[in-house]
Amino acid sequence: MTDRGVRRTVTRAPAQTCDAASDGAGEAEAAAAASPPPVSPAARRRAERRTERITAGAAELEQRLADLLRGGLISAAQSGPALWEETAARMVDAQAPGLAGRVRDLGALASAGAGGDAPVRLLEECALLHLLARAWLRRDRLPEPLAATVRSRVGLTSSPEGPAIRDDWLVLAQYDTSDGRLTTRRIWLHGTASGHTALLLSYGAAGRAPDLTLPAGLAVDAELTPYPGAGQPRMALTERFGVPVPTTVRPPGTTTSGALARYGAALRDDPWRESVPVTLDRVQPVPDGDGWQLADADEDHALPVGAAARSRPGLWRLVALSGGAPVRVFGECGPRGFTPLAAWPQGPGEAVPLC
Amino acid sequence: MSRTTATVAASLPDHWEELVTAALLGTDRRVPPGAAPGPQAPSDLLDGAAAATVRRRAGLRPARPAERLRPAPEDPRPPLPQAAARRLGALLADRPGASGAGRRGAAPDLMELLPQWLQAANARGYAAPPQALPALLDAARGRTDLRPAALRFAGPRALWLARLNPDWRFALRAAPGGGPSAPDLRDPQGIRRLWQEGLFAERVTLLTALRSRDAAAARTLLEETWTTERAEDRLMFLDSLRAGLGPDDETFLERALADRSRNVRATAAELLSALPASALAARMGARAAVCVAVDRTRDVPTIVVEAPHECDAAMERDGVAATAPAGRGERSWWLGQLVEAAPLGTWPGRLGGRTPEEIVALPVADGWQGELHAAWCRAAVRQRDAAWSRALLGEPSAPEAGGPGAVSLAERARLLATLDAGERAAWVAGFIETHGLSEAFQLLGVCAVPWAPPLGRAVVDALNIARDAGSYPWSFSGVMGLAERCLDPSEASRLDALLAIPDEPEDAAPGAASYWSEAFQRLVTTLRLRGAMLAELAPEEPAP
Repeated sequence: MTDRGVRRTVTRAPAQTCDAASDGAGEAEAAAAASPPPVSPAARRRAERRTERITAGAAELEQRLADLLRGGLISAAQSGPALWEETAARMVDAQAPGLAGRVRDLGALASAGAGGDAPVRLLEECALLHLLARAWLRRDRLPEPLAATVRSRVGLTSSPEGPAIRDDWLVLAQYDTSDGRLTTRRIWLHGTASGHTALLLSYGAAGRAPDLTLPAGLAVDAELTPYPGAGQPRMALTERFGVPVPTTVRPPGTTTSGALARYGAALRDDPWRESVPVTLDRVQPVPDGDGWQLADADEDHALPVGAAARSRPGLWRLVALSGGAPVRVFGECGPRGFTPLAAWPQGPGEAVPLC
Repeated sequence: MSRTTATVAASLPDHWEELVTAALLGTDRRVPPGAAPGPQAPSDLLDGAAAATVRRRAGLRPARPAERLRPAPEDPRPPLPQAAARRLGALLADRPGASGAGRRGAAPDLMELLPQWLQAANARGYAAPPQALPALLDAARGRTDLRPAALRFAGPRALWLARLNPDWRFALRAAPGGGPSAPDLRDPQGIRRLWQEGLFAERVTLLTALRSRDAAAARTLLEETWTTERAEDRLMFLDSLRAGLGPDDETFLERALADRSRNVRATAAELLSALPASALAARMGARAAVCVAVDRTRDVPTIVVEAPHECDAAMERDGVAATAPAGRGERSWWLGQLVEAAPLGTWPGRLGGRTPEEIVALPVADGWQGELHAAWCRAAVRQRDAAWSRALLGEPSAPEAGGPGAVSLAERARLLATLDAGERAAWVAGFIETHGLSEAFQLLGVCAVPWAPPLGRAVVDALNIARDAGSYPWSFSGVMGLAERCLDPSEASRLDALLAIPDEPEDAAPGAASYWSEAFQRLVTTLRLRGAMLAELAPEEPAP
């Protein structure tokens, strides 16, 4: 395919692009996309000043979290959303968009009410935020890959580095999320030869679609460059060599236990991971009360389908595709369940996008 | 977390519940496990909770599965060619609201092409791609006219799917055999059980399905329980015999003429009169013949009408409604019903051996022509008599054909439906050539798709003339929409000349020219799309 084609660089990752691990942190960074890596003495001084501000911000956040827990989450809920909004604004001032984003998410969680497992989730998120602030304050004592993850989670930009990987990348899924100010596009790729799973992030200002579009289900011959950070899947598309073509390759799958084991293992490198990309093989969608599960066809195990995915039309496409028979499903697996993003029928057939 | 998602191994000694309680109440009120009271307590609590959170997440285990679904039934039909499957996706994605587009401009209205696509796919017997079923069901849910074709194409898996989603319940009601207890039509015991015990809707569905498969078996089934059914149910069941009506049904229908319910009697009579060889038709023919004769004593032979003076019990038993609607004379009301139900074969013998054309051409005395011809029209439609339809339609180019003559446009449309497709198209083409498009919409609606070449040419020529005359194109939007859906796609190349924006004639409606051009552009684009769409559905050629 590529030998005949003209080699040309289609997309060169701009130095401005921010980094993130798989989830969450990216939006905040892109909004506050800062300077390229420091080169001049002035830039270095700027970077040092920023580090100091983040450190001050992290210390302040620690203090606020301690005050919060001293008084209790119940009384904090009574004081309303202003508390979280003000804290988020302080983190923006401290140029720590990753911390600000987590605080905003906490505020949304707190205002969503105390029903169900809300108190548990609130404590979890407070604890993980505390863990991140603490990790930043002691980052010089962390091993470098973990320190890189912490920097990225807090919101410092980095550039793709490390050896580029050329492969025929199968486009597994492409979907957008928006927080009102910024549209984030996630594209999941599977290296058909290398077996790598890669995430491409791109951004668009409010109401505008991000530029990068790849057709789900096709394979594209391209070179990707990983971002730093232990265990994180984000890469940059550095060069494309041909037009997308159909492929019969599918990512190899695992069981539901295998998927959770993979998520657990990923937490070793990055305890803030909300999900990992996983392909489940031989699973069946099964209705479970108001929700759905993906159940292993050959074992007595199942993963719940995440609440967000339940209302999407893609879930019904998955059920229809399965017809009660086992299918292969790619998606994101985390503590709140599995979010299906693409599926393959039992027999031959292209990937069916579910997002 | 452990309740709503995956479960955690229970043996972890992480004091999670106590941590949550301390966090909710605050460390001032509750000392967290493993911490000393004091300023350090909140931080200790968060340390413990962070470790516990990561540990719990790392230790997640799968949940137990709920009850698994029974597999969907096999769909033995061959899969769609790939290009056709992609096209289906595009057609289904173009639903109103999906795009939010208001005015169409020159872009084709894809949703309007879906019925044709479904018809072509069904004609070739393809199976629907499973992943397209949700969109297909949603489309059928919004448009009842799509349902029969969409559900047939969607096949058995769609019914399996519809049981899982309340939004798609309609599919179970609409589809023959869609109900949860739907029997196999080859299983007489299952059929009998459903007929005896089923709900009304299930029974209608069953009877209709069985009637289309084995007309006599359906009638026998109905006869078994006929006397025990409620009147409104009898009416609905009787109506389902309309499909596949034949001489074998006469005995049963004749008995239904004595039904307690007047509506049932009337329907039975109507069905019998559609069987020209039936005893009822013969009785009605005899009654009607008495009323209509040719007067040879005049200069020109003329039809004279003597309407019945009374509606006796025997007439009522044969379905004649005795009470005329307000504003109509009873005698003409009775005459209309007699002539309508009389076999058309009665008239040539009764009226001097004349052909239908000659009979229709005879003058009618004393203003009875409208009443008589209208009744013959209804009879021709009911008895599906092409020769009489042809005679009553007359020449399409006749001047009175365009005006409000004895035969209305709606009646003409029904008469046309009794002719074969070629003749129908030729008649409508002739009509349009003489009278233009303004009256043609209803007639075009009964023509077979795609339009036969002479009809297509007549429509395009008439549109061209209307444009040159400076009319507004939206006066013809109905015909334009029909043309997009019904013109033969191979006509697209002949339309290219119409795409240019011509100089506006002096008396033209301002701005009309560019609107016309846009409308023709959409017509051509739609035709090309339809051509491609149908080609994709053609069986794939074996590789050379």
